[in-house]
Amino acid sequence: MKSPLFLEVQRVTKRFGGLLANENIDFTVKEGEIVSIIGPNGAGKTTLFNCITGFYHPSSGKVFFRGSDISRRRADAICKMGIARTFQIVQVISDMTVLENVVTAALLRYTKVARATEKAEEVLAFTGLLEKEEALGIDLTIADKKRLEVSMALATQPTLLMLDESMAGLTRVELRGMIDLIKKIRSKGMTLVIVEHVMEAVMEISDRVIVLNSGKKIMEGVPQEVVQNKEVIQAYLGEKYSAVS
Amino acid sequence: MGKFGLKQILLAIIVLILLISFPWVFRKPFPQHVMILVFMFGMMAVAWNIMGGYAGMFSFGQVAFFGIGAYTSSFLLITYQVNPWVGLIIGGLIAALVGLAIGYPCSNLRGHYFAIASIAFGEIVRTLFTNWKLIGAAEGLTLPMLDESFKNFIFHSSKLPYYYIMLVFLLLSLLVCYFVATSKMGYYFRAIKESHDVAKVLGINVVWYRLIAIMISAFLTAMAGTFYAQYILYLDPDSVLILPISVQIVLISMLGGAGSILGPVIGAVILMPVSEVTRVMLGHKGTGIDMMIYGALITVISVYQPKGVWGLLTGIAKRLK
Amino acid sequence: MPEQLLQQIVNGLLIGFIYSLIAIGLTLIWGVMNIVNFAHGDFLMVGMFISFWLYTLYGLDPLFSIPICTVALFVLGLLIYRWIVSKVMKGPMLAQLVVTFGVSIFLANLAVYLWTPDFRLIDKPLLSGTWNIAGINLSVPKFVATIGSVIASLFVFLFMKKTKTGKAILATEMDREAALLMGINTERINSLSFGLGAALVGIAGAFLSTYYYIYPQVGGTFGLIAFSIVALGGFGSIEGAFIAGIIVGLAQTLGGFIFDPAYKYAIVFMIYLIVVWIRPQGLLGW
Repeated sequence: MKSPLFLEVQRVTKRFGGLLANENIDFTVKEGEIVSIIGPNGAGKTTLFNCITGFYHPSSGKVFFRGSDISRRRADAICKMGIARTFQIVQVISDMTVLENVVTAALLRYTKVARATEKAEEVLAFTGLLEKEEALGIDLTIADKKRLEVSMALATQPTLLMLDESMAGLTRVELRGMIDLIKKIRSKGMTLVIVEHVMEAVMEISDRVIVLNSGKKIMEGVPQEVVQNKEVIQAYLGEKYSAVS
Repeated sequence: MGKFGLKQILLAIIVLILLISFPWVFRKPFPQHVMILVFMFGMMAVAWNIMGGYAGMFSFGQVAFFGIGAYTSSFLLITYQVNPWVGLIIGGLIAALVGLAIGYPCSNLRGHYFAIASIAFGEIVRTLFTNWKLIGAAEGLTLPMLDESFKNFIFHSSKLPYYYIMLVFLLLSLLVCYFVATSKMGYYFRAIKESHDVAKVLGINVVWYRLIAIMISAFLTAMAGTFYAQYILYLDPDSVLILPISVQIVLISMLGGAGSILGPVIGAVILMPVSEVTRVMLGHKGTGIDMMIYGALITVISVYQPKGVWGLLTGIAKRLK
Repeated sequence: MPEQLLQQIVNGLLIGFIYSLIAIGLTLIWGVMNIVNFAHGDFLMVGMFISFWLYTLYGLDPLFSIPICTVALFVLGLLIYRWIVSKVMKGPMLAQLVVTFGVSIFLANLAVYLWTPDFRLIDKPLLSGTWNIAGINLSVPKFVATIGSVIASLFVFLFMKKTKTGKAILATEMDREAALLMGINTERINSLSFGLGAALVGIAGAFLSTYYYIYPQVGGTFGLIAFSIVALGGFGSIEGAFIAGIIVGLAQTLGGFIFDPAYKYAIVFMIYLIVVWIRPQGLLGW
């Protein structure tokens, strides 16, 4: 049975000294959904990500994952529980090969390197990086690095995948590749929460969209609703999107 | 690195035969002594490499573990007649515990900050030992001249037993490094070296794995310390707890190739004879020329070949493919 | 009893202000290009020897050799940056750590080679003697050295805040990429900062040489102490380094007085550890 309360973010607030980065953010994610979080730079999207994935702890409020309170858990513990994430500035292990990177990730669920290597090759076949498995992390293009990062996240066998601006800096062709990959991942039953600026991707893949501005959630709804909302247009989208949709 | 073809095994056997026969070919004590130092520093460089080259914790304080090992076994021997082999293990365990104690609060330190913390650690240990009357303070400890035997870990008539014991220790540390490097631990260390964030996001308990790396490194380094004590039969803070020893260990690893299993050994093979020979030939007059060469060498290697000899070899191998 | 305590406080301040100057030089280099200069103490040593030889060979009082020390060390720092350090900036972390160690070992032993390991002393500086104020002994050379260091530190403040170059250096320290985007030649700033950092510690060396023993290995401890000070003050913060220098100087003398003089340096190292464990950004760092 699919959990309606797969991820619950309850009135999460995050303060840094005097700065209120997240203020009473409240939303839930259903199992199997793709939820996008959009908003201008500085709106608090990555901070929210960090609060959910254990890199920050919320100043107040709670985060529940499959019914468990993960608000104060360590980042690596949260990963073990099944939430994987990528970073805004892509991070892979530079002096390891593509394969070794994914093996490292796969080792979360296995103790033997051989078994983890099998799993890693499976994942690389799925994400289309298998032929580049001997390339060094540092030698990859941005698009491949992002694909590698996603591969590593998948190798930890999560049930919730959180992507932070995985489309940034990609060409049209690479963009299409990434969108297709995300759809493929979802088709295997993954739940996804993504932060994104590339609106056409957001429109194409999202079941729901959440809009942040200045640390607050200003709107939530299906993509079509969101792009027509006056406040969202004013804060972030500009007139162009309302005309297009 | 992990794949053993026939070529590698053959090469390893040849090298082993050469090492075993070395003291029979070179029968004078000086070359044997140099090789013992090669093995000893090689072992400490391998130990450093586990926490430094692999896990990214560049320690300039390894000498503290060396000293703890040397002092622990010696003190126990002198005061309680504890067998040096037992003292070896105890020294290793104490060093590991100390490593744990200092490593834990340093869990978030990386790069320069960690390096300096390790220097601070080494210097604090040196100051403590220099003022600790119980273990001889500045005068140090002199080990008793027991009867020569393997059990007593003491040999008077020849360096050969010391040579072989240290060689075995070195091989042991290489074995440990091999197992670490090719296991889950090795991958996790390398992830931690890259970035704590990447490691965390892959579910790695960064603090835990860092501490393990430190403890393994500390134990092995302390073993070398006990060996030194049993070999030289005298120790004082100025010979077993000084910063230059820590620096030498780092240099050897870097010269040979940090982050590879054999790199540190290669570095020891190159650097120890050079440093011993130049010290004897140029340094004994106190002119400082030997150390000038040493300093210049370090600088040049950092700039032009930071990946060391191993990096050079693998680079060449890649281009030949 | 209180007299002895007061004496230790005075001694702590005297050495503290000199520490501040040394640390300002180090924090400048660290803040601007994120390189730990392990040869910093050896720059001090070079400054001390320049001052010593000018005095011994030409009778020039240390106070007058300060301009020469400043220029000489500035050039030395500049060259070391250009020829050596700049080349590892893009290299692995380990290389960056080790390279200045190499320079340090080379410099210290070059000094041994040129001048032997013997301890030297400038025995008749222009300003010498001891004042006795309310039972407190105040060595005149120490006092002058301290005042001089404070003046030099003030000059650095003003330079940083008021001149275009100084502001460019601060900007690079705060945000390297932004500085680049604003047209600041960050490579030039690196060279300048390294040179300036070396010059400052060279001045400190000239001041120290008026009363301190001069020998090739003298840089070692000063260099290490400077790390503690920079950490305490906050990496990159000049004001922080200034204040922290005083604190560390006091901690050293008072700690040595209260516990045991043998532990005075261990206390300083402990300060580094406690700072990076509890408040990594130091007092005034960012």
